[in-house]
Amino acid sequence: MIEIEGITKRYDAAAVVDNVSMVIEPRTVCVIVGTSGSGKTTLLRMINRLVEPTSGIIKLDGADNRSVPGYELRRSIGYAIQGHGLFPHRTVAQNIATVPVLLGWDKDRINARVDELMTLYQLDPQAYGPRYPHELSGGQQQRVGVARALAAEPNVLLMDEPFGALDPIIRTKAQEDLLAIQKRFGTTIILVTHDMEEAVHMGDKIAVMDAGKLVQYAEPAEILANPASSFVETLVGASERPFRLLSLGRVRDAVENGTAEGDALPGDASQRDALAELLWSGRPALPVKGADGRPLGRVTVDGLVKRAARPA
Amino acid sequence: MNIRFDKLGVVIAAIAAYAAFLAPFATFRANRIVPGQARSILEALPATTGTLLVAIIVVAALVALFRTPLVLRLAASVVALVALALLVGAAGTFLTPTGNTFARVSPASGFWILIFAFTLLLADVLTRLSLSPFARVGVLVAAAVAIGLLLVSGAWNDLSILKEYANRADSFWAEGSKHVTLALGSLAAAVIVGLPLGILCHRVERLRAGVLNVLNIIQTIPSIALFGLLIAPLGWVASHVPGAAALGIRGIGTAPAFVALFLYSLLPVVANTVVGLAGVPRAANDAARGMGMTDRQRLFGVEFPLAFPVILTGIRIVLVQNIGLATIAALIGGGGFGVFVFQGVGQTAMDLVLLGAVPTVALAFAAAIILDAVIEMTATKRRVETA
Repeated sequence: MIEIEGITKRYDAAAVVDNVSMVIEPRTVCVIVGTSGSGKTTLLRMINRLVEPTSGIIKLDGADNRSVPGYELRRSIGYAIQGHGLFPHRTVAQNIATVPVLLGWDKDRINARVDELMTLYQLDPQAYGPRYPHELSGGQQQRVGVARALAAEPNVLLMDEPFGALDPIIRTKAQEDLLAIQKRFGTTIILVTHDMEEAVHMGDKIAVMDAGKLVQYAEPAEILANPASSFVETLVGASERPFRLLSLGRVRDAVENGTAEGDALPGDASQRDALAELLWSGRPALPVKGADGRPLGRVTVDGLVKRAARPA
Repeated sequence: MNIRFDKLGVVIAAIAAYAAFLAPFATFRANRIVPGQARSILEALPATTGTLLVAIIVVAALVALFRTPLVLRLAASVVALVALALLVGAAGTFLTPTGNTFARVSPASGFWILIFAFTLLLADVLTRLSLSPFARVGVLVAAAVAIGLLLVSGAWNDLSILKEYANRADSFWAEGSKHVTLALGSLAAAVIVGLPLGILCHRVERLRAGVLNVLNIIQTIPSIALFGLLIAPLGWVASHVPGAAALGIRGIGTAPAFVALFLYSLLPVVANTVVGLAGVPRAANDAARGMGMTDRQRLFGVEFPLAFPVILTGIRIVLVQNIGLATIAALIGGGGFGVFVFQGVGQTAMDLVLLGAVPTVALAFAAAIILDAVIEMTATKRRVETA
C-alpha cells in the first residue's frame, strides 16, 4: 500500500504538486493522467525520491520513504520511463541485470532471473541476451526496459509514459503484456500518461491531475460517468465517453440468450470491439463463444447501446 | 576494351611524371652548408638501376592512372615506395666520392614528391579497402619495421641526414627521449587534472563558462610568450620554495616547457570531457538514478563509458599537438628534437633541421593513427544510439 499524505513540491514560488493526498491499494494499477505540466511526473518521481518533496509524507507499506537512503529506496522500486532509457553500452542481459547487480545477487541467481524475464517477454535469452539495445526494434527495447524494471522483483513499479514512443499496434500489445505480468506477479503499478484511452484501459483507479492538484481519484467507470470538473470532462472527451465506457466491459458480461448468424466473438473481447464488429458487419446480433469455443449466447446492438448510456 | 581513367590516379600520375622527369632526385653538396647541385634520377644512379627506377615509376604511375584492381594498385604503390627508399640510399653511395667525408648527398624535391605521390596512392588503396582499426595499426607497424630495417642495414648511411645523425647519435636519443617525456608527461598531467575538472564543470554549471573561458584564453597565448610569462613565477618558485630547485624547477629549461604544454593540453581535455558527459542520453542517466545507482556508480558505470570516445578524441588532439609543440621547448633549453631544428637553422644546415623535424612528424603521425584506431574500437563497441 502506498499512502501519499499532503505532498507538495514547490520550485521557487510555484507549486508543481500542490497538497496531494491519495492511497494506492496493493496489487492494483493506478494511472495518473493529466496534461503536460500538470505535475503528474513530479508526483511519480517523489514516490522513489528522484524528487524530494517540499512538504508532506509518502509511506510505502506503512514506512516513511525517507527512512532509507534514496538510492536504496530506488533499488526496491521498479522504474521504467519513456524511451526506455536502456544503457547503450551494455548488452540486453547486462541491462536487465542492473538492479540485481547493484543489490549484490550472486551470479547464478542473476542469470536465472534474466533468462526468466527474457523468456517471459518472448525474447530468446541465447539470441538477444548478448545484443546491444540499438540492435533491437522499438517494441523490443520497450520490453527490455520493463523487464529491467522488474528484475529485482519489486512490489511497486513506477512507469512514466512507458508506451509513449511506440506505434499504436505495438502499444496495444505492450499494454496487454503489462497487464498479464501485473496479474502474474501481483505488482502494484503506478503509471503516468496523458492518454485517457490508456488510463481507462489500464487503470483499476485513475488519478486526474491539473495544475498540480489532484482533481479526481476514482475508478474508470466513475470518472467517465461523473467527472468531477469540466477539466476532467474535457480530458475524457464528450464524444468518446460512451465508447470508453463500453471498452471497460467484456462481451461475456453483455451476453443475452439466443442465437445469431455470423462469426462468433470471443467472450473476453471488449464490448467496444463487439459493437464495432456489429456495426461493421451490419448485423443486429452476433454469437459469442467462450475460451473453449463453446457458444455462450449472443450479443446485440440494442443491448450494447443501452450499456453505453450514462450510468444512473 | 573500354579503358577508363581513375580520377585520383590522373593527379598521381601527373605528379609522378613531373617529379621523375623534371624535378631533381638528389642534391649534391661539396660540404654541409654550401648550396647544392641538382641531380636527376639517371644522373644520381648507375645506368642500370637508374633505368630500372624510371621503369618502376612509369609502370606504377600507369597502374595508378587507369582503373585497375585494388590488389594491383596496392602492389604498385608498395613496390614504388620500396624502390625509392632503397635507391635513394644507393644514390647517396653513388654520388659521394670515395673517401670524401665532407660531401653531402640529400634527397631532393623530386624524391619527396614521388614519395608523396605513391603514399597518396597507398593511402587511397588502404581507405578503399576500409581496413579494421587493428589492420591499420598493423600497416603502421609494418611500415615502422621496414624503415627500421633500412636504418639498421646501413642502406641510407651515405645520405646527409644520417651523416648528421652519426655525428650526434648520443644526443639524438637523449633529446628524443626528452621530447617524448615532455609530450607524454604533460599529457598525463593534463588528463589527471583535466578529467576531474571536466567532471566538476559538468556537474556545476556556474563553473563551466568561467573555466572554459580561462582555458580558451591560455590557448590563444603564443607559445613563446607563454614561456616568457612563466620565467618570473617559476624562477620565484625555484628560489623561494625549498626543494623546488633540486627537482629541476627553474625559470628556463624543462619546467616551464612542461608547464606550458600542460596548460595548452588542458582545454581539449576539459572541453571534450564536458561535451562527452553532456552527450550522455538523458533517459539513460534518469534510468540509472531511478534504478538506484549512487552518483559514483552512475559516473563510472554509465556516464564515463558513454563519454569515453569523445574524451579520447580530446586526448588524441592533445597528444598530436604536444608532440609538435614540444619542438619549441628547445628555445628555452627544454631539450627535445627542437634542439636539432634550431641548431640547424642557426648553421643554415637543412639536414640538421630535418634530423629534428622528420622524427617529430613521424611520431605525431604514428600517434594519430594509433589513437584514431583506439577511438574507433571503443566507439564501435559502445555505439551510442542517435534516438
